[in-house]
Amino acid sequence: MSEGHSTYTPKTGIGRWVDARMPLPRLVYDSFVAYPVPRNLNYAWTFGGILALMLGAQMLTGIVLAMHYAADSSLAFDSVEKIMRDVNSGWLLRYLHSNGASFFFVAVYIHIFRGLYYGSYKAPRELLWILGCIIYLLMMATGFMGYVLPWGQMSFWGATVITGFFSAIPLVGEWIQQLLLGGFAVDNPTLNRFFSLHYLLPFMIAGVVVLHIWALHVVGQSNPTGIEVKSKTDTVAFTPYATIKDAFGMLVFLFIFAYFVFYLPNFLGHPDNYVVADPLKTPAHIVPEWYFLPFYAILRAITFNIGPINSKLGGVLAMFGSIAMLFLVPWLDTSKVRSAVYRPWYKLFFWLFVIDAVLLGWLGSQPAEGSYVFMAQMATLFYFAFFLVVLPVLGLIETPRRLPNSITEAVLEKNKGGGGGHPARATAAPETKG
Amino acid sequence: MTPKSGDRFSDKIMLETTIARQRISRGFGMKTILTSLALLGLVLAGTGAATTGAIAQEEAHSEAAPTHFPIHEPKEMDWSFAGPFGTYDKAQLQRGLKVYKEVCAACHSMKLVAFRTLEDLGYSEAQVKALAAEYTINDGPNDAGEMFDRPGIPSDYFPAPYPNDQAAAAANGGAAPPDMSLLAKARGVERGFPRFVFDIFTQYAQGGPDYIHSLLTGYDEPPPAGMEIPEGTHYNPYFIAGVSLKMPNPLSDDQVTYDDGAPQTVDQYSRDVSAFLMWAAEPHLEARKKTGFRVLVFLLLFGALVYLTKRKVWAGVAH
Repeated sequence: MSEGHSTYTPKTGIGRWVDARMPLPRLVYDSFVAYPVPRNLNYAWTFGGILALMLGAQMLTGIVLAMHYAADSSLAFDSVEKIMRDVNSGWLLRYLHSNGASFFFVAVYIHIFRGLYYGSYKAPRELLWILGCIIYLLMMATGFMGYVLPWGQMSFWGATVITGFFSAIPLVGEWIQQLLLGGFAVDNPTLNRFFSLHYLLPFMIAGVVVLHIWALHVVGQSNPTGIEVKSKTDTVAFTPYATIKDAFGMLVFLFIFAYFVFYLPNFLGHPDNYVVADPLKTPAHIVPEWYFLPFYAILRAITFNIGPINSKLGGVLAMFGSIAMLFLVPWLDTSKVRSAVYRPWYKLFFWLFVIDAVLLGWLGSQPAEGSYVFMAQMATLFYFAFFLVVLPVLGLIETPRRLPNSITEAVLEKNKGGGGGHPARATAAPETKG
Repeated sequence: MTPKSGDRFSDKIMLETTIARQRISRGFGMKTILTSLALLGLVLAGTGAATTGAIAQEEAHSEAAPTHFPIHEPKEMDWSFAGPFGTYDKAQLQRGLKVYKEVCAACHSMKLVAFRTLEDLGYSEAQVKALAAEYTINDGPNDAGEMFDRPGIPSDYFPAPYPNDQAAAAANGGAAPPDMSLLAKARGVERGFPRFVFDIFTQYAQGGPDYIHSLLTGYDEPPPAGMEIPEGTHYNPYFIAGVSLKMPNPLSDDQVTYDDGAPQTVDQYSRDVSAFLMWAAEPHLEARKKTGFRVLVFLLLFGALVYLTKRKVWAGVAH
């Protein structure tokens, strides 16, 4: 925490010399060795480290791929195939990178849902949360542009559909769309600028990640009880405790990631993207990557005009609004209690929200016809109701369970009991569930 | 936990819970709204399941005018390259290459596949050289500024049957036959929920070859009574984008002579050429699966060691 003063003492002469001039080793020591973390963090807290690992891996594989890739609409598709066939281990690099994007999103979704479940966004962590939302937005832009680069059918038509959203904005929409495309339709200039931005944005993400971690180290980590750290017994040192736990979390995550890379490398992709882009042939169903599907479902759920807002603009507003909700969460949630562990009603709604998000994802992959439209509309309604009704109202009417006095008390209470099924034990340590 | 302290604690909890219940019931109107919202989610799932069933029934009724394609799902075949230890059957790939050369290549290009890579199929360098030399490659310009023809060499790619896409389309009733280099990865019938979840565990990644095999063997069935087949197209219930396609049935029994005694049937030809196209689309599949096994074993062992270390580190710390 911020109030803890540095305990770093350089052991060598060179160490003291550097420390007096530019105390980088001290910063690293204070941030990743001595830094106190709550002792009760569960594995949901390992995803921050996993995300840092994925960002690094994506940048590394991406930089090497860029050495072999040609950002020209007549060369792009074949240059990717050249990577797959002729570049040494090119198939590995490319599958790591394309599946890496998916797993980056898997990790970020778990990270975001963890924050929602344990109320990690509440004061004093609002800025920390918003920085995270900005990272998520940058990730979406990067992922979208990256998907365009192989110049397959889904690349091309996905880009056409998504840049088309902007034309719905009154007055400036067409101008923004043409600026994004570098013309009137997706073409070589689009590919060129997307490649440039796809290379740039990850470095911007890294920059915001630094701010995110900075903000985290000022306010300290939240924890499953949602109770602030009160004394030294509430915490353990980052190294070795959090380091080794994070390492194990990363290895489990990497195992699943590797399973997909080596055995199901195209499972999360679309077959149409192995067909070169053809502006004259529209695919039967244009679907974005899986991690955009819930938002795509919300976009298509607005099939009706609302006053002066036509359905197209309405859909775009709903889609951007659904992401904007995340930014407002710290102020929409009125509850004084952070963790869902002590909020029985919130816990129920949280899981309904998770189911709703998954349902929206599935609906996004289905054609927008028949009963799917109605289901998407209901699911969209619930999505917004969760943020705009449930979060503010629950905080006012819900009576939380008794909170332990401190993290230490919660931990000791949980570890004391031996007899399984004892009512006190079951109620006192619900934070171990989930 | 000693019974005494435990009971005291549980009493406290009981009291809290009772108070909580009372407070909640005071805000009864709100509770009703929230409960109905919660129910909305469940109702949604129910409606979804019911309507999906209804759609399926509707489809069954309109056999002559189907709206969803393919009409039949691809048949799942046994492939040597399936599963975590899958490898290509070289004899099969060689037969598949023969089918491609003698049948498919008349209309379909395969421009991403170089002759040199055919050594993967078990051919020697000399055999590949001889095979490449069977083709005539248009090269140039030479020092005099003229294009010229020469026999193929291993670094050349399979030449296309038509000079350009327009010529290919013009010769085939308006639709250019697709390039075959990536066909086995560029086709796949959607698996739908919940099958795509099971596919993760069964490692099902053979949608492409299954589709190609089913399509090639799917020309026999007569169209249902009353179905309109557009002129110049051929009914095939396995076709992914409609009731019929421009390509006529390309294969017949005994059309291609096999030297290794494999049955010379349409079914065998279709299997062989599908396997060959999988190789053409994913030439490094074997290396991928082999590397993958080593990586997973490493991660498993390293993960176990890290887990034991983690337990040791945390042993004295309640958490």
